[in-house]
Parts: sequence; C-alpha cells; structure tokens
Amino acid sequence: MSGFEVMHQGDGECVVLFLKGFLDAHTAPALESALQKCIDERKFKIIVNFQELTYISSAGLGVFMGFIEEVRENSGDIKLTNMSAKIFRVFDLLGFPALYQILETSDEAKENFELN
Amino acid sequence: MVKNLSGKGKKIQLKLPGQTDNLEIIREFVSKIARRVGFHDDDISKIELAVDEACANVVKHAYSTGDVQPIDITINVDDEKFVVNIVDYGQGFNPASIKKPDMKQYFKEMKQGGLGIHLMRTLMDEVHFEVDADKGNCVSLVKKFEQK
Repeated sequence: MSGFEVMHQGDGECVVLFLKGFLDAHTAPALESALQKCIDERKFKIIVNFQELTYISSAGLGVFMGFIEEVRENSGDIKLTNMSAKIFRVFDLLGFPALYQILETSDEAKENFELN
Repeated sequence: MVKNLSGKGKKIQLKLPGQTDNLEIIREFVSKIARRVGFHDDDISKIELAVDEACANVVKHAYSTGDVQPIDITINVDDEKFVVNIVDYGQGFNPASIKKPDMKQYFKEMKQGGLGIHLMRTLMDEVHFEVDADKGNCVSLVKKFEQK
C-alpha cells in the first residue's frame, strides 16, 4: 500500500515491526494485517518501532486497541518504541501511555520482555 | 509568532471524492496553506491531524453506504483566525450526542475508534458542527492566531 510500509523482523521470541511512512484511515489496514500475521504465527511479544513513521491519526491508534487484549491474554504485549515528539503527542493526547509501554528503543523493549 | 498577512482575507477551496486515499492530499493541502499564513510546525501538525480526523469521519460515517460523494474543504483566513470548513453531503449526526470520552472506560472496554471528535476538540481552539440535509453537513475547525 503506497505511503506506508511495515517490515517484520524476528528477534528471538520477539517480533519487531518497523513502521515507515504515514498511518491514517487509508493505510491502517496494512498495520492490521501485520499484527494479524504476528497473532497467526503465535508471536505475542511484539515491539513496534516508530522511528520512520512520519504521521499517525486515531485510525492508527485504533489498530493497536484491536489486538492488545488477545496479545496480553497470551502472555504477550505490544510495546511501542522510537517515537518522534510529534507521534508521541498523539498517543499522549489520548492517554495511551497509561495502557501501553512506550519506550525509547526497541532494545529496551526487548530487555523488558526478557525481564518479565 | 509573526503572522504572514499575505493570507489575510483569503478563501481557498479544495473539492475531492470522499475516499480514504485522498486523506493524504487533504493533509498536504491544509498543511501548506497553514504554513503560508505563518503557523509554525506545532500548530500545523495540530491542524493537519484535526482536519484528517474530520475527513476520515466523513468517509467512515457520512459516506458509510459506500456511495462516494465529494468532500468540500474551504479555508478562510482573517486577522484573527484560520478556519477550515469541511462539508459533506451524506447522512448527518447529532453532535451533541458525542460526549468527551472517559478514557479509562474506553480502555477498559477496549474500544476502537470514536476518538476523532475528541482529538479535534483537543487540537483546535473551536470546533462547530452544522447538520443540514440540503446544504450539506459542515464541521468548522478554528485555530486562532497569536495576538501580540
């Protein structure tokens, strides 16, 4: 889908999704597919790296809401990393830091999974 | 912030099909005009997101029957404010029925969606809704210029 890409990278028990481009109501289904792929492959320790994401709207945030319950029911989590200030603000405005762990780097997120 | 008065008294319009693949064009249009009239990055990104949310709502709700109709976007600029009017010709709604979401409850119920209007109200200085089956439904998003 033009304007948005997701790259999967397996890292031990974790999978890192690298997002690139913009995440809006048009491109959100691509993120949905990527997360569904993780679920289908029984990969529940999911790290989402936002370093190359330039834009997000509530449609993007809504995708995470659609998967978090199932992931946590399977002892996993979705940890969010490498956000720019602009991207973080959208999550923060909607109170998402209370529900999701938002970390500086994917390595930090991986360590966090290993510790818990 | 120094307001660039070259945008004063201007009205700029964009009309395009109400489809999600046009959201990118809409964001670029609004961002460029906002930059031209002197807003800085922070306000530009707020305006861009609020307009996106409004237009995404049009596609998702007003045009939910799948019948693609146009979205009319008009930007009006004066000395005091930058106003983006988004008009659709689909099914209207009662804006009074949209309350500020209780985010704790929202997360507890693991809801998806429904945050667009909340974001618009948080990002912009004023948000107005007008529902009119004949003239079209209008969301007005207002960002005021800093007054020195």
